[in-house]
Amino acid sequence: MARGGSARSRATSRSILLIAKSENRPDNEAAREDDKVAVAFFYLFSAVLIASAFAVIVSRNPVHSVLYLILAFVNGAGLFLLAGAEFLAMILVVVYVGAVAVLFLFVVMMLDVDFAALRQGFSKHLPVGAAVGAVVLGELGFVALGWQSAPGAQEAAAAPIVAGVSNTAALGQVLYTKYFLFFQASALVLLTAMIGAIVLTLHHRPGVKRQKIEEQNARTRDNVIEIKKVPSRAGV
Amino acid sequence: MVVGLTHYLVVSAILFTLGVAGIILNRKNIIIILMSVELILLAVNINLVAFSASLGDLTGQVFALFILTVAAAEAAIGLAILVTYFRNRGTIAVEDINSLKG
Repeated sequence: MARGGSARSRATSRSILLIAKSENRPDNEAAREDDKVAVAFFYLFSAVLIASAFAVIVSRNPVHSVLYLILAFVNGAGLFLLAGAEFLAMILVVVYVGAVAVLFLFVVMMLDVDFAALRQGFSKHLPVGAAVGAVVLGELGFVALGWQSAPGAQEAAAAPIVAGVSNTAALGQVLYTKYFLFFQASALVLLTAMIGAIVLTLHHRPGVKRQKIEEQNARTRDNVIEIKKVPSRAGV
Repeated sequence: MVVGLTHYLVVSAILFTLGVAGIILNRKNIIIILMSVELILLAVNINLVAFSASLGDLTGQVFALFILTVAAAEAAIGLAILVTYFRNRGTIAVEDINSLKG
């Protein structure tokens, strides 16, 4: 797409934009206005996303890291919205911000760890980290800027996006038919994760008094009451 | 000026790099490492969604959904292991995790 003519590039990236409807709109001025808004929001979300991701890896306090991670996820959801993937954006907010990030927050706050000690070596690893980061970024940059689409990629779509169907409905129509096996497999993954997490973290401390209902129900007069013969005038 | 696929790819590349750098920089703190892995997976998801929108193919979004599932499972299991390990050993420093003598 980077190589394609601007007209083709505009056509291929049509669905990536908020201006998807601008084709039908007679008013070109309004479309251009929408364009500007989409671009502004794209840069806003991207800038905050990258800044908060940076803050995640450099902040001293892990609690701040988790909060920045939440900010990063919210902005990632914004990018998804701009790309037209509304369902995934909402899932990102619900699942990540609502569950995973809060799980991280709980664990960080529950563990009594000296995080300052864990931070030692940060400056020692800085050159290596920066070098590896630069190499990875360089390689990814080459790929991101220099790739070309296969000629038949547009026509070979396995599940083409149909106009007029909302993103959620379209996703459901594909997920429950074509990818149903994968869907069930992912359900199994979640089940395994749930059972594993419960088994790993559930533990019975000795010495904690718990109610044992079956023992209470099994009590009879015979095994709980003992009759003692007390001699007269001898006291107990 | 419009937002094209390349813009998304660049953002995702930067995010991926930050995740990788985070793993290297915070080599002792396994919680930050797990968070960096989440960042990397988010970068992958942005790529998938961008390509899905650009090619007009929903498959990318379906697979982004599966990646979200796996990432959530991974976070849950990883944190559960972390809590159990901390309860048994009293530390979560990565270099102290050597009971297996690997």
